[in-house]
Amino acid sequence: MNEFPMMTIAFELNGKQTSVDIEPRELLIDVLRDHLDLTGTKRSCDVEVCGACTVLVDGLPISSCTTLAADMDGRKVLTIEGVAKDGQLDPIQQAFITHGALQCGFCTAGMVLAVKSLLALHPAPDEETVRHYLHGNVCRCTGYVKIIEAVMDLGQMQATQLERN
Amino acid sequence: MLPARFELHRPESLAEVFDLIETHGDDATVLAGGTELLITLKTRVLRYDHVIDLKRVPGLSEVVLKDGFLSIGALATHHQLANHPLVLEHFPVYARLSEHVANIRVRVAGTLGGNLCFAESHADPPAMLCALGARLRLASKDGERYLPMEDFIIDEFMTERGDDELLLAVEIPLLPTGARAAYHGFGHLERPAASVAAVALPAAKGWEWRFWVGAACGRPTRMEALEQAVNGLDAEAALAQVAEQVAAVVEQLDVHDDIHGGEDYKRHLITVMAQRAAKECMQ
Repeated sequence: MNEFPMMTIAFELNGKQTSVDIEPRELLIDVLRDHLDLTGTKRSCDVEVCGACTVLVDGLPISSCTTLAADMDGRKVLTIEGVAKDGQLDPIQQAFITHGALQCGFCTAGMVLAVKSLLALHPAPDEETVRHYLHGNVCRCTGYVKIIEAVMDLGQMQATQLERN
Repeated sequence: MLPARFELHRPESLAEVFDLIETHGDDATVLAGGTELLITLKTRVLRYDHVIDLKRVPGLSEVVLKDGFLSIGALATHHQLANHPLVLEHFPVYARLSEHVANIRVRVAGTLGGNLCFAESHADPPAMLCALGARLRLASKDGERYLPMEDFIIDEFMTERGDDELLLAVEIPLLPTGARAAYHGFGHLERPAASVAAVALPAAKGWEWRFWVGAACGRPTRMEALEQAVNGLDAEAALAQVAEQVAAVVEQLDVHDDIHGGEDYKRHLITVMAQRAAKECMQ
């Protein structure tokens, strides 16, 4: 018994054109994890508070736990699996490792993506901007100090690069 | 959690939206940003066979100046409003408010129209929009009407919007030169436990004030007694009067106890924030 029609959505996922058949009610996180085997995106609070399920849509962060997959039709989605390029870690991932900005790692995928959009909007953010932007990404291990240090370091590197150019 | 099954409609014009609403009636809901609706669908507090997505209807997220008003399309997101040049120029207080709604993901997806129509009492925008004297543009198959923002929200999760109506835009009258506005909210969760919006308009003598309380009562609530106590006074006298009178005025409000805090705690917050908001206006 299925009186509700399925639908096909097409979107760019981590740089590759992707198409998938879904039920209209399906959430982006489930389509990523269960249909496409991209399990780097984590489910935690399920109510848009914790940030573990953060992915970027057209460069901006959203909670994939509370977003219809149908809404991705025609959009560009970036998950943690698409952040490293050609086997090279993204500078954000490297900075998290260098600064020890992760412990259990459950929030890290969401943190890295949130930081990616933060640094795109604010290339050299001050600490207040970093704290404000990451206010919606919860980490229960690090106490945030190392994460903020990592992001401030990245901001300074970007600022130096901007000056050089 | 997964919502119950539904059919998703993606109309590309308002006429199509109204046809779908007429056809499916109570079995249908409209979807904007989804930040609130999807949570209620996932927990199955609400259940609809038909979901009508408004995001493909052109023009619904436009922000424009029109006849002395800043007109904000109902589908404009909080993130868009926090960064929009017209909002920053004419209502920096509203851009700042938008920048502090929930968290970045909710600001990116959530829309002003959805926020108002959902009428969760702990939302940030309603009290400020009331203080700014905003009006709402509503439409149905039969035509359009305007409603003052202060008449829109009846109680928690209840508005004056008819079942066959859509909120098209929020229109805020441009402030006269020299007008001041401030918004202060405070809470330990993502939404404020209580908030205060203050507007001070230059008057022939002193200032004409508007004070609105948000989040603490079931709907935005005006503190008329406080306004009357300070209208017409110069800045220094007005601030002194706010400090003296506010606690007694707040005592008269219908403040609710809930997960965001007890009634006495919220009354205290309002008392403090009203003074801070007034002070910010007079700086």
